[in-house]
Amino acid sequence: MSCLETIQSYALRSVGLGERLLPRSDFTLCEQFTLIGSGMIWNVYFGVMALGVGFFLAIAIALAKGQSNPWLRLPAEWFIFLFRGSPLFIQFFFAYFLFLSLKGVYPVFSPFTAAWLGALIVLFLNTAAYSAQIFYGALQSIPKGEVEAADAYGLSGWSRFRRVVFPTMLRLAWPAYTNEAIFLFHATTLVYFSGFPAWQQRGDALYYASYFADKTFNPFVPYPILAMYFILLTLVVIGGFGLVNGRLNRHLPANSRQKLRVRPNLIR
Amino acid sequence: MFSYCTDPETLATLQWLTCYLTTGVHFSFYYSFLKVLGILAVTAPVALAFGFGGAMAARSSIAPLSWFGKGYIAIVRGVPDIAFFLFFVIALDQGFEWMRHQVLCPDWTDPIRQGNDFLVCPQAKLPLGSAPQVVHQTYAFGLAVITFALVFGAFAANVIFGAMRAVPRAQLETAEAYGMSPRQTFWRVLVPQMWVYALPGLSNLWQVLIKATPLLFLLGIEDVVYWARELGGTKTPQFTDYPHGDWRMWYFLALLIFYLFMTWGSEKILGRIMARLTRGQATSGGEAQRKAAA
Repeated sequence: MSCLETIQSYALRSVGLGERLLPRSDFTLCEQFTLIGSGMIWNVYFGVMALGVGFFLAIAIALAKGQSNPWLRLPAEWFIFLFRGSPLFIQFFFAYFLFLSLKGVYPVFSPFTAAWLGALIVLFLNTAAYSAQIFYGALQSIPKGEVEAADAYGLSGWSRFRRVVFPTMLRLAWPAYTNEAIFLFHATTLVYFSGFPAWQQRGDALYYASYFADKTFNPFVPYPILAMYFILLTLVVIGGFGLVNGRLNRHLPANSRQKLRVRPNLIR
Repeated sequence: MFSYCTDPETLATLQWLTCYLTTGVHFSFYYSFLKVLGILAVTAPVALAFGFGGAMAARSSIAPLSWFGKGYIAIVRGVPDIAFFLFFVIALDQGFEWMRHQVLCPDWTDPIRQGNDFLVCPQAKLPLGSAPQVVHQTYAFGLAVITFALVFGAFAANVIFGAMRAVPRAQLETAEAYGMSPRQTFWRVLVPQMWVYALPGLSNLWQVLIKATPLLFLLGIEDVVYWARELGGTKTPQFTDYPHGDWRMWYFLALLIFYLFMTWGSEKILGRIMARLTRGQATSGGEAQRKAAA
């Protein structure tokens, strides 16, 4: 099979299109590159969806944590503690078995036991908690003068939040939020190792990489390929978030802008 | 365990539960919590040593050594750690076996990689095929510790490297003015002052290390995750005196609470250490303490 044919049959294998049988012997480099790359579709899906939805929940929780009303503050603090204080790996397991038990009682929950929804919910809540902590920190460090200036202009309530507090909060939080995004993309590799089954061998990049490593008993090819894909993804994330960072800081003189300092990747 | 446990079917719920939770397999489960604490106790100092070595290498004035240190930090931090965990365990195992193979069986002619197999001579196998089960388990645990130390060493190296650069330059210049050699300056001035700057990063790393311990499961260790899955699964009356449905959810809830307590407790302790270290320092933290006391 030529490399082009391999790409045709396996490039969308992780979403169930193309050749059904995975290669079983005589693995070529091309097959490894294609299948691991195909698995990246899931990593990107989980990362983008969780970040996209989690962003809004994170802001809501950060605002709730900044309130003096304990009915709002305490639930927000508990939510953040719960998801930041325990390992994501255990959260995945717990959620999977929780959904499995619920499915036994209410059949509505059957899609939740599949990775595309169940794992996504865990990742969404997890990134919401981590980002909420970042946004809360930024909210606390908004310069006093800016809020006073907004008051002096007669802004209050929603318009003060939208025009003054929110843009500054986002600007201050952005470098840390970039790291959180990278962090989350790396965390997506845990999904298929934590209970959620890879139905019909449709897994993510690490699933295929470990498939090859198991079959060939040679970790020195698939894992570096996986690493290369993730470094590329990380560079794309840094580039995209860097553009947003430039836009958030466009009113500042060039020497006082916040630089994106990428400090990627710790396990959560 | 208890005298009334002889016939579980006749027991009331609470007694049944006490009997159930003290069966032999449950003690293996509790023992695996000790494994988690054990790997934390072993990994933390080893990772710190690796980190110190990495930071020293990255600071070195010898170019290849400095490249090695910086490369180590950069590569490990740029790739998902779980991939490293899966990679290092096989890679280290094969590396050790390959080295032993070269030393012990010099006249072995067959290639080591035959298609999809990795074959070394029987004497070079690690652990030896004839070794008892305990040796196999210890070996797997040792590999896991080295893997954890390699990955966390890179993070620690990054923190320590930053902390070393945060020590005010004037301190080092003063040391040089007193005629200290670079080695003396490093050990007598730089290293003692560096820890205050390194502590926030290192305590963060400790929290992350706690949360990384469930990944032991992926390295083939019989850890808390393994036992929670084993014990929680549905048990039928044929195989056990204590049949029950799918309780894995509750076992993982227990693990979740265990980890929440671990992180909560270490947060409190690290907060105390930090407060102790900032006392009297010329930082904003120290200033705040002074104002609060006055």
